[in-house]
Amino acid sequence: MLNNIDLEKKINSELNTKVSSSKIVHETLNVSIEKDDLKEVLLFLKSNPDMKFKQLIDITAVDYPNKKNRFRMIYLLLSHEFNKRIIVDFPLNENDKVFSITGIFPSANWMEREVFDMYGIDFQDHPDLRRILTDYEFEGYPLRKDFPITGHKEVRYSEEKKKVIYEPVKLEQDYRNFDYNSPWQGTEYVKEIKKNNE
Amino acid sequence: MSKQTKTLNLNFGPQHPAAHGVLRLILELDGEVVEKADPHIGLLHRGTEKLIENKTYSQAIPYFDRLDYVAPMNQEHAFALAIEKILDIEVPIRGQYIRVIFCEIGRILSHILNITTQALDVGALTPSLWGFEEREKLMEFYERVSGSRLHANYFRPGGVHQDLPRGLDADILKFCNEFPKIIDDLETLLTDNRIFKQRNVDIGIVSKDDALDYSFSGVMMRGSGVPWDLRKSQPYDCYEQLSFKVPIGKNGDCYDRYLCRVEEMRESVKIIKQCLEQLPKGPVKSQDNKITPPAKKEIKESMEALIHHFKLFTEGYRVKKDEIYTAVEAPKGEFGVYLISDGSSKPYKCKIRAPGFSHLQAMDYLIKGHMLADVPAVLGSLDIVFGEIDR
Repeated sequence: MLNNIDLEKKINSELNTKVSSSKIVHETLNVSIEKDDLKEVLLFLKSNPDMKFKQLIDITAVDYPNKKNRFRMIYLLLSHEFNKRIIVDFPLNENDKVFSITGIFPSANWMEREVFDMYGIDFQDHPDLRRILTDYEFEGYPLRKDFPITGHKEVRYSEEKKKVIYEPVKLEQDYRNFDYNSPWQGTEYVKEIKKNNE
Repeated sequence: MSKQTKTLNLNFGPQHPAAHGVLRLILELDGEVVEKADPHIGLLHRGTEKLIENKTYSQAIPYFDRLDYVAPMNQEHAFALAIEKILDIEVPIRGQYIRVIFCEIGRILSHILNITTQALDVGALTPSLWGFEEREKLMEFYERVSGSRLHANYFRPGGVHQDLPRGLDADILKFCNEFPKIIDDLETLLTDNRIFKQRNVDIGIVSKDDALDYSFSGVMMRGSGVPWDLRKSQPYDCYEQLSFKVPIGKNGDCYDRYLCRVEEMRESVKIIKQCLEQLPKGPVKSQDNKITPPAKKEIKESMEALIHHFKLFTEGYRVKKDEIYTAVEAPKGEFGVYLISDGSSKPYKCKIRAPGFSHLQAMDYLIKGHMLADVPAVLGSLDIVFGEIDR
């Protein structure tokens, strides 16, 4: 059985050009790769007899609106045989497509649908890319940082039309977001004033 | 003259009692044989992950109760562990034991509900009447310790909110001594019951490889003979100090999963008993007042305590920039939290990995070729709760 350091070495030597960086955080190996190498890397991790990362735990994305590559895709894998976890990630541009890995892990189907639903990331060769968690005919991608927490539409039963209707959200009171940062450390607006003065 | 046949599309749910919540299942039937099942989920989607991004770490804990609402504390546990690992907090040993006690109570709560409703789905009413009486007792323990029967909000990063009230440990021990008898009674109703076996044996068989491929975990995986339990393989809190067995099935059908759950309840009782015997004295939460609030009494006497209290309940504690995945063995399987912190007092991202999500995904694979009447049996043995699937 390989420990994390040996595992890191082995992955780096066997996949050499495909791994852009790797580090061990909280006793888990994190491997960063490039978007186009995803399938090869996952297939290698799944089939290599020293690793056998046979179970896909989850797929998720993170939104960094200010970065050049807006999204980061994250794949969590687990090897039962060696009791190890590994995290594979890569940066992704807003307009890029990701290769679907449903051919390697059948369970990726819904996980990719969820990422599509929440972040609007498109998957190439996915057998059935529909929204999954949000309402039928929902618009927008809720987990993007620029999606308001109150949403865009609300639902109510209309007595006149005798059916459930959608309307733009009307709030009785504005959504309140308190800035609790200690004034000693500088609240956001103080920081901005400081920055402008400098 | 040849007969023309066509498949029938049937809409099952979302308001069907056997759908275990708000599942809408589109079934394609050839006669009575299911050819395809397409689950439509998300009818209970509340945007938990989005909400957590907008709340402080301590405000996020109650959202975890509302995921799998039949075993709320197990999920708080995963979130608490994630923050503890990032902040490197040591949990006092008494706190760890109390957490394990309540996690195992959660496991019993969940398994009672699952076993009895699965029996209800295939036509047995009595088990649910007997089982729910016991659940009520367990929820009273929840209430006595946290003030709430269901949405406990009891676990904290660094321990638990407060110590056990006087006499609770004796009452839990009394329950542990009586409960195995109730399991026996439930088993006399179900285990050798002809109808229950006809409806469950050889239904929804999962092979070992498929269990891995479909990201199964928990009982869904152990029922197929994969010996995997995070409490043993990647132990957290004080599980290492406790001795318990991990029941494993053989055939991977609905009946084996039922048997696994029954045995797990017995093991949980043993774990709780051990914890109560070994329960050490001492604090129940970390004494670092930068993370856990000071006692009410101190607030009235000490300026520093007052400041800590104020800071914790307005801004909240800050969590340094980091990323972590932590998982616990929830009653339904591997419940994980992937937390990304950015140094502020709110999580940058919190992905929740719910076991039921991947289990329900395999519905099409499980039910293909079975009869329509097997749909509730398979659904029942998947142990789905929509709170965690839809999030």
